[in-house]
Amino acid sequence: MQFMLLFSRQGKLRLQKWYVPLSDKEKKKITRELVQTVLARKPKMCSFLEWRDLKVVYKRYASLYFCCAIEEQDNELITLEIIHRYVELLDKYFGSVCELDIIFNFEKAYFILDEFLLGGEAQETSKKNVLKAIEQADLLQENIDFQMRLFAGVMVPNMASESSGLFQN
Amino acid sequence: MPAVSKGDGMRGLAVFISDIRNCKSKEAEIKRINKELANIRSKFKGDKALDGYSKKKYVCKLLFIFLLGHDIDFGHMEAVNLLSSNKYTEKQIGYLFISVLVNSNSDLIRLINNGIKNDLASRNPTFMNLALHCIANVGSREMAEAFASDIPRILVAGDTMDSVKQSAALCLLRLNRTSPDLVPMGEWTARVVHLLNDQHLGVVTAATSLITTLAQKSPDDFKTSISLAVARLSRIVTSASIDLQDYTYYFVAAPWLSVKLLRLLQCYPPPEDAALRSRLTECLETILNKAQEPPKSKKVQHSNAKNAVLFEAISLIIHHDSEPTLLVRACNQLGQFLQHRETNLRYLALESMCTLASSEFSHEAVKTHIDTVINALKTERDVSVRQRAVDLLYAMCDRSNAKQIVAEMLSYLETADYSIREEIVLKVAILAEKYAVDYTWYVDTILNLIRIAGDHVSEEVWYRVIQIVINRDDVQGYAAKTVFEALQAPACHENLVKVGGYILGEFGNLIAGDSRSSPLVQFNLLHSKFHLCSVPTRALLLSAYIKFINLFPEVKATIQDVLRSDSQLRNADVELQQRAVEYLRLSCIASTDILATVLEEMPPFPERESSILAKLKRKKGPGNRPDIDDPRRNVNGNTEHSDNKIEATNKGSPPSFTDLLNLNSTPPAGANLLVDVFSDNSALAATDVSEENFSRFVCKNNGVIFENQLLQIGLKSEYRQSLGRIYVFYGNKTSTQFLSFSSTVTSPDTLENQLTAHAKTVDPVIEGGAQVQQIINIECVSDFTDAPVLDIQFRYGGTLQNIAVKLPVMLNKFFQPTEMASQDFFQRWKQLGAPQQEVQKIFKANHPMDTDVTKAKILGFGIALLDQVDPNPENFVAAGVIHTKNTQVGCLLRLEPNAQAQMYRLTLRTSRESVSQRLCDLLSDQF
Repeated sequence: MQFMLLFSRQGKLRLQKWYVPLSDKEKKKITRELVQTVLARKPKMCSFLEWRDLKVVYKRYASLYFCCAIEEQDNELITLEIIHRYVELLDKYFGSVCELDIIFNFEKAYFILDEFLLGGEAQETSKKNVLKAIEQADLLQENIDFQMRLFAGVMVPNMASESSGLFQN
Repeated sequence: MPAVSKGDGMRGLAVFISDIRNCKSKEAEIKRINKELANIRSKFKGDKALDGYSKKKYVCKLLFIFLLGHDIDFGHMEAVNLLSSNKYTEKQIGYLFISVLVNSNSDLIRLINNGIKNDLASRNPTFMNLALHCIANVGSREMAEAFASDIPRILVAGDTMDSVKQSAALCLLRLNRTSPDLVPMGEWTARVVHLLNDQHLGVVTAATSLITTLAQKSPDDFKTSISLAVARLSRIVTSASIDLQDYTYYFVAAPWLSVKLLRLLQCYPPPEDAALRSRLTECLETILNKAQEPPKSKKVQHSNAKNAVLFEAISLIIHHDSEPTLLVRACNQLGQFLQHRETNLRYLALESMCTLASSEFSHEAVKTHIDTVINALKTERDVSVRQRAVDLLYAMCDRSNAKQIVAEMLSYLETADYSIREEIVLKVAILAEKYAVDYTWYVDTILNLIRIAGDHVSEEVWYRVIQIVINRDDVQGYAAKTVFEALQAPACHENLVKVGGYILGEFGNLIAGDSRSSPLVQFNLLHSKFHLCSVPTRALLLSAYIKFINLFPEVKATIQDVLRSDSQLRNADVELQQRAVEYLRLSCIASTDILATVLEEMPPFPERESSILAKLKRKKGPGNRPDIDDPRRNVNGNTEHSDNKIEATNKGSPPSFTDLLNLNSTPPAGANLLVDVFSDNSALAATDVSEENFSRFVCKNNGVIFENQLLQIGLKSEYRQSLGRIYVFYGNKTSTQFLSFSSTVTSPDTLENQLTAHAKTVDPVIEGGAQVQQIINIECVSDFTDAPVLDIQFRYGGTLQNIAVKLPVMLNKFFQPTEMASQDFFQRWKQLGAPQQEVQKIFKANHPMDTDVTKAKILGFGIALLDQVDPNPENFVAAGVIHTKNTQVGCLLRLEPNAQAQMYRLTLRTSRESVSQRLCDLLSDQF
């Protein structure tokens, strides 16, 4: 896999992971192009498209698009399930995950992704093992820091789409 | 697990994120961000030392701002500091910041590497994983240099935790992709292969990817992985779904691992060992059988995972291309998918079948699905699926079904998306030519193409039809008749006028016997289109007219009148005017015999590769489907191999692509337009080292070092003591992408120990008209005379371009100027009096002798010009020190111009003979 992008229906980038060296300028250009292309596609269309010399595999969960760029020989369907497994991991970790969780805890979204995929390849496909690794890390810090309530006092504006669970579409 | 109990709540961060989200406008957001950046900057700069928590919080805010799409130019140091924190979350945020934001040429890379080194040595698996993830995420050369030898050790050590092994394997994979030269093969490779046997399926999953990558590079070293992979695969496909516990995904046993194992096996030909081979065949059969079983779950995840394995198995079957039964079974399976209700499966089935069509064993089986595929072309709602259907029709086409397929494609063309029309046009043109039994069908098809999609018919297509008509006399009469009829249409495409003009000009006589298409009628018909056409087409028509004068003396007067009219003879376009003048003259003065010789029918073209085919290949780009003209994929190779072969042949014989392709849009002057069409172009395979601009860089650091029709290379360089940095700018002068662009620095043998030059990698794609930058870091170890060479390779269109340019890195670049008084100078001059320390050269001036220019050159040479040292004010005296890593060499210089004789005498004294000699050689060339 060359890169993975998460973006909202409004085209806002929520997470970007690059497994090939590219300049910031090139990354921005790719992102702009791809977000436009994917958002322009209609719901029943197929989840794969040829783009430049890559294949793009995408899937929409509630308000979020998950989009992976893979190479010619890579397997489209298994990539689709990589996306799904990642959503499952997020869902399990955050407890029915929604876009807001990813906005406010973007660093966690990255940590979970690193445990699951590394260098663009599946590292650990067992949900249990990935979550165990993340929990152990959380445990490490809980011994040190006091917990603080993430959302305490800063309730976010009401944006129905972003707070709807990714699995409840 | 509710979100609020998770992690290291950073309240400040959450407040900030909310603020940003509350911003009503882009301006408000930028304002809020700038406020925050100012705040963070002052905190980082403040006297009060920040505690780890605050540092982490601010670094995290910076990260958030960056991810919003804003530039961040500080905070890197603080992030690096976090790496050495012993608090896990702080370390983790530090690593995240570095992974996302630090690019490979950061100055901090040494500090970062240090942090990573400590964590790798910590033996704490969580910390080790963080460090490995960071290396895998950044993947820079510097990191490869620092860790490429440690990671294999961690990977195969007996006491490494499973999770660390997994990270280490993929970390190594990433380094091997970015800097394969730095990952050493060694005794660890054998042990890595045995990870395929590991108890822990996660370890196997990660290791399989690594082994696949390594096996692609050096298949022989990893041959032992075949039997292990087959054994592992066999255990997975025969296991009950619960056996693999959490590695079972929606009732499918370890789908990711299965796919990876099947992919690994595609690096090799079918196993030679019969037992192994039959075990693999059994596996593949089991996978095919499972596809027929009723689904164990209605969830799409179940079918996706199951089919992912199935498609990968089919890929392996196609790759082996040796088991007819498996190939036919695969084809039947795909046939079922062609009518599946899932669009995704229909898409993949069409795609996969395309490769099956090129196997001799399954070609016939694929052909049985023609009606389904044609139906897909007509009914699929998604253009990307229709595109696949077009590809498959193209791949399954042969003599038996060509007429049907071409007809279907033509009718699809009428409604096809604009984005894919040109490709369809090319495909139709190729199929029509390739499978034409009767060439009247071919001519009809191409004229239809022009009628339906004239704008998308590229020049190659109409050139080709002319080529073929000229080469086959059995079709010339029909072609003339058909274009004549087609031109009767009140509105016809300009491409048709071109083809019509050319063909009637050559073969109009074949239909002139019929009074309905008498010479005058033909001429009037063509000329009725003349005024609506563009300049190149008019130029072509003028050539057709002069050919008419030769073919039909009876219309000579009419045509001469036309040529003589003001709108021709005084045409504002020089090309048209010239043709009109020359053709008119030619028709007046030349005898019939001479006219007949000059305007003789075109000779047949030598048979070459179809220019259309070449165009389609270029369109499809490198590494694409091998369906173009490769009737069968070579058995053991992936498509890359065959591509390389094509490149190799192209490099040797550039004209093979050039027959009709490289026509300028305005044809050159003269009566030979009809010949010009086929003029060749300049071949661009320059592999000799270009050094024409080398000496221009002796006294300057910036400028253009190389330029040809495709590429411009500019340099900016800066030097400090023994270090240098060159910014190389590659400008793509064409409007087409350069692909697989790479540029490396190589040094001749002796130079290798004297000068280190290290080039950063560049983006493999340079868009048309774009410029990319590459940084080359240089260190001068000791004095040297040779220069490193920049080797550039890229693919432009279908051909691989090689360019080598001598990099202007000369010894004088490492000069530091030294000011000194007259007395000091002469004292040192005397000290360096030994004969081997002085080098002198007397030479003729190649440029006008101008004092200011000379001064500028000496200063540009990098040395300090000393005033009032030499008693003769005409002379120039200068001093400097050459800095190399090992040593410093003082250098004194004296240049004595003799204006009368137009000569110079240059004297150099340094403590080292080789330095004196080299500097003298470099500088004496400049005057």
